[in-house]
Amino acid sequence: MSEIKNIFDISGRAMAAQLVRLNTVASNLANAGTIASTKEEAFRALKPVFQTTYADQMKHSGVSTVDVVTVAEASRAPEKAFMPHHPSADADGFVFRAAVDENEEMVEMVEASRQYQNNVEVISTIRALMMRTINMGK
Amino acid sequence: MNKIGSYLNFHAQALELRSRRNEILASNIANAATPNFKARDLDFDSEIKRHVGIGPLQTTNEQHFPTTVAATGNKMLFREPINPSLDGNTVELSVEQMEFSENVTRYQTTLTFLNNRITGLMSAIRGE
Repeated sequence: MSEIKNIFDISGRAMAAQLVRLNTVASNLANAGTIASTKEEAFRALKPVFQTTYADQMKHSGVSTVDVVTVAEASRAPEKAFMPHHPSADADGFVFRAAVDENEEMVEMVEASRQYQNNVEVISTIRALMMRTINMGK
Repeated sequence: MNKIGSYLNFHAQALELRSRRNEILASNIANAATPNFKARDLDFDSEIKRHVGIGPLQTTNEQHFPTTVAATGNKMLFREPINPSLDGNTVELSVEQMEFSENVTRYQTTLTFLNNRITGLMSAIRGE
């Protein structure tokens, strides 16, 4: 990962991470309710894994940002349902529903968007401060 | 340090420290969703005393090197959470937002002080 140069790196990379999180929520919600014939084929919810990236300790101690290291499948098991007339039903009449909890995803979506907004707020405040600092002594 | 430099030194140091603290608080806000992240902060009061107290090294001979003690190596502290969360993250958005907005306001205050001093100097130089 590249070095953290300034405050725009900190908040910008955090915004990128939150956007990955929103994307996984969108894909999970889009696939909620899909049905598969086997347990392996059924959709499983995707979750991003966040990790702190620290800046060079000598120059900027305490400064860090966040990166998405991987997007992993959640361990929730697909739900087995008896639907013998469904075209995807297996020989015994069972289908497997996607392992997505819609309520959990909605909460995740609201939290991600709030934290994204917080980072936007930080950037716009800092930018205003920088503009005022440039005009110092005028 | 020359007269004008030392006249502006305190507020310049304060501005630098405020901007450093802004970066730290932005890092905390950036890591609001990272498990096991511990929120950091620095104690402005003790840091500014240290920064202003040290200052440049006195030189008694013009062949001595006038070194200044670099303003790095701030003493970083960990924030004590009000409501500890299960994932080990100690960032509380309400606290961080409050600290950030306070720090931004104080940065602007320092900037205003600095501007006033510069304006005062300018009018003294012009002699109007």
